[in-house]
Amino acid sequence: MIQLEQVTKTYPKASRPSLDNVSVSIDKGEFVFFIGPSGSGKSTIIKMLLHEVTPNKGRVVVNGKDVTSMRSWKRPHFRRSIGCVFQDFRLLPNRTAYENVAFALEVIGKTKAVARRVVPEVLELVGLGGKEHRYPHELSGGEQQRVAVARAFVNRPLILLADEPTGNLDPDTSIEIMRLLDRINRTGTTVVMVTHDSNIVNQMRRRVIEIESGRIVRDQARGVYG
Amino acid sequence: MRMKYVMSEVLVGLWRNVTMTIAMIITMAVSLTMLGASGLIYTKVADMKQLYFENIEVSIFLDADVTDEQRTALATQLESDPLISQATYVNKDEAFQRFQEMFRDSPDLLSAVKADQLPESYRLKLVDPEEYKAVSDQYTAVAGVDQVVDQSQVLDKIFNLFTAGQNIALVAAIAMAIAALLLVANTIQVAAYSKRREVAVMKLVGASNWFIQAPFVLEAVVAGLIGSILGLGALIALKIFLFDGALSALQGLFAPVSWAEVFLTFPVMAGVGGLISAITAWVTLRFYLRV
Repeated sequence: MIQLEQVTKTYPKASRPSLDNVSVSIDKGEFVFFIGPSGSGKSTIIKMLLHEVTPNKGRVVVNGKDVTSMRSWKRPHFRRSIGCVFQDFRLLPNRTAYENVAFALEVIGKTKAVARRVVPEVLELVGLGGKEHRYPHELSGGEQQRVAVARAFVNRPLILLADEPTGNLDPDTSIEIMRLLDRINRTGTTVVMVTHDSNIVNQMRRRVIEIESGRIVRDQARGVYG
Repeated sequence: MRMKYVMSEVLVGLWRNVTMTIAMIITMAVSLTMLGASGLIYTKVADMKQLYFENIEVSIFLDADVTDEQRTALATQLESDPLISQATYVNKDEAFQRFQEMFRDSPDLLSAVKADQLPESYRLKLVDPEEYKAVSDQYTAVAGVDQVVDQSQVLDKIFNLFTAGQNIALVAAIAMAIAALLLVANTIQVAAYSKRREVAVMKLVGASNWFIQAPFVLEAVVAGLIGSILGLGALIALKIFLFDGALSALQGLFAPVSWAEVFLTFPVMAGVGGLISAITAWVTLRFYLRV
């Protein structure tokens, strides 16, 4: 599903590489945590999987597509197979929960009829049934993140990337979001999550890949934060 | 549905930043008016050159004491000259007749001049009227020729004036076009900034590049097209109030500007306005949105 083969990335003007000869293989349906201190290169991996940055050396393969040599005009279509959730939710403040999710469908060419059928379903799935017409500011942080998860998942992506999705949430709410991601994972979606949250990592007992200064220092099948 | 979305985004975009939109449209309109006017002057000058040069003559006046041999030699030379399409000999009597006709309103002048005093001349039609300089150079030195007079020298001064006017209009058009470009770029930046969240989400979920860019580019194109419509209005006003109004006394002097010509400049103005706006918007987006 996801392969990084001896990937090195040095940003211009950086003194040392953000990723230094990193090789990782993630299978379909896996749930993987990337952990490590700030600036260790975790976010660079997410950006690479989204084709936002390209490696200087090595190869990145996502969904059987070589991202390294992908032309930028192919990026939009490629991204439709990847869902993405961030620490800051990235919802549109002037649109309701329903409209936020429907927007993601409509801008990739789906009709309003499709949205009417699919959006309530996915909002129900993330536990927001009955709150479809609330605006983001009328929702709690956890609920906003659920909307973001719904938006990421509405297109049934093969991969869900989560960049510190619980970073802005209290521990109880974080656990609820993790349950949601777990449920999505059980539908067969590969989940890759970058986090600082030791609590969560320790509770989930999933594969943990620890990065330090751009190198993988640990890769455990059922790991803890350490 | 996507077309509807794009169009409503365009209208919202133009309205959101309405002062900037108006500034953009006005500069665009002025620039395009200048461009259209310069184009019209250009075609008019070409028309008028043709009109005037067709009737233009070069006159070779002969010395008062020209000999028969000199006259015959000159006649043969004129006959065989490839630059000259027609040479008519005018003797002293004919010259006097022409003189009387030309100045029949000034009896004093008529009585002061006798038939004998007017020089003989050759009136030449040139194959290419713009070649008069070569003809003039060639014949001034010929024995028996007093001077070569060319009407087109006077006309040239008039045409230079028109050409200068055309150049001024063109320079003004370019200067205004640059101002319009900067305004378009700025408007698009503001629009992109105010929609940065939407754009970020669209990029994230994989909306196609054209779909992200289309509302912005069309916004600029619509402004350009409105500008060109205003430009057409300005040209129509110019024709009504300037050519057909204040300058109508000079109608014999100018080649007339027809309505067809005025309206034919519109596709050019609309094309230039729309295309330049679109390209500017697109380039701005490439730098600003990196899509």
